[in-house]
Amino acid sequence: MSNISAWDKVQLARQLERPKALDYINNLFDDFIELHGDRNFGDDKSIIGGIATLDGMPVTVIGEQKGKNAKENLERNFGMPNPEGYRKALRLMKQAEKFNRPIITFIDTPGAYPGLGAEERGQGEAIARNIMEMSKLETPIICIVIGEGSSGGALAIGVGDRVVMLENSIYSILSPEGFASILYKDSSKAKEAAEDMKATADDLKKFGIIDDIIKEPKNGAQNDFDKVIKDIKKYLIKNIKELEKLPIDKLVKQRYEKFRNMA
Amino acid sequence: MVIDKVKKVNEEEKDVKKNVKAADMMIGKWVKCDSCKEIIYKEELHQNLSACPNCGKHFRLSARRRIKQIADEGTFKEIGKDILTKDPLNFKGYMKKVEGLKEKTKIDEAVKCGICEIERQKAVLGVMDGNFLMGSMGSAVGERITLAIETAIKKKLPLVLFCVSGGARMQEGIISLMQMAKTSSAIARLNDAGLLYISVLTDPTTGGVTASFASLGDIVLAEPNALIGFAGPRVIEQTIRQKLPEGFQRSEFLLEHGFIDKIVERKDMKHTLGELIRLHTKN
Ligand SMILES: [Zn+2]
Repeated sequence: MSNISAWDKVQLARQLERPKALDYINNLFDDFIELHGDRNFGDDKSIIGGIATLDGMPVTVIGEQKGKNAKENLERNFGMPNPEGYRKALRLMKQAEKFNRPIITFIDTPGAYPGLGAEERGQGEAIARNIMEMSKLETPIICIVIGEGSSGGALAIGVGDRVVMLENSIYSILSPEGFASILYKDSSKAKEAAEDMKATADDLKKFGIIDDIIKEPKNGAQNDFDKVIKDIKKYLIKNIKELEKLPIDKLVKQRYEKFRNMA
Repeated sequence: MVIDKVKKVNEEEKDVKKNVKAADMMIGKWVKCDSCKEIIYKEELHQNLSACPNCGKHFRLSARRRIKQIADEGTFKEIGKDILTKDPLNFKGYMKKVEGLKEKTKIDEAVKCGICEIERQKAVLGVMDGNFLMGSMGSAVGERITLAIETAIKKKLPLVLFCVSGGARMQEGIISLMQMAKTSSAIARLNDAGLLYISVLTDPTTGGVTASFASLGDIVLAEPNALIGFAGPRVIEQTIRQKLPEGFQRSEFLLEHGFIDKIVERKDMKHTLGELIRLHTKN
């Protein structure tokens, strides 16, 4: 249990220098080959996906990618995917199922992009389909919230056998600013909203929505990134082994029941 | 919604008591169509299935009226009535608000589900109600809809869901987000069981409901001119800093972009559902 406030955690989760999906992918895995495109419309740079090895075992990795500076953020659309990003993710996840590769996703987004083109191309449908398909994929899935997990834009790559959060990440229905502006009619009350929303890792563990919390060094993961990587790697290897022991129908049934039983 | 309109008109026309129409409006007999501005007798509006007799605008419907329009008379048996609102965040004022709404609207949550007959064919029917916290989906809505889906699977029945929603129930925080996973996973099972699911999108269907079961029908129908989207128009305008084109996120727009199968007017809805269910019945 950490004693820093929910609002402090929101700040930590959003820090520009906080490690992003690619930092995790490059440090946890070997031989990462990025694969592009949804085979339908385009390639969304706010979602990265591909194949890599984890301790010698082939895995499919997918991550929402924010930038670490203004230029990168423009290129990555601040980690806000369009429908083609979610459809790319789904394509790669189905590919993982075909080749019996475990899937590891990294969640870090302020939300799905609320844009004109996103609506024209069916943002809602893309998210819905990902959630539905992930619930029955016949391969182990582990989802890690590494920064900001906000709204359906996070859940669209968040239906897994294990869902875990980094200690200073947040996972919520929408941003504290959005929450404050809707429920308090005042977006400046974001700090208050951050507390009331109960969106920290501890809160979600208590709700039974996440399985585990991965510890972070003081002031955020970047301050001892090697240690964080070591811990996540250990966690992934251990849990994938456990999940792979289960017969596929049992694995899928357990995943269904996990989300079925959420309040 | 209709009640709100009447109140507004009443306030505007306080001093025209001599006018019969205005007087009748005071006692709630008339409403003004906000599309064509015509003053309509409520009785006439309801007889016309709550579509404006003058311009055809589809007024928003309570779940009770919708069920009356779709289910064969006397066949609707509610399921999941004992599933009630939860307050996982212990959010200040939430339960009080819910209690007040129950009193005012005479409904106990934003969806009503049941087993019924549609043109003499058994089906599971779920109908959302926008009068209850804008039809937002919290744990009770998610649970009732999931129960409806599971009932369809168990009894091998077709499923019809009428959607109207402002999105996730903010007051329930992350729990409301997880209802998207719960309901969509249940739809996956319905698909595996080879059963028909028709979703009907009505004004407005947005947010977490659009991004879950509403978009997952084998057949997706919509009422004319319904607002349907993931992000709300205001949020999009603020993000892209430009005005949205006329008709953006309306049913006709979605049809053109390939996200719904057919726009169906209210007067044809029951028969269309009946026909579709018949076409999926194996003998
Ligand atoms: Zn009219």
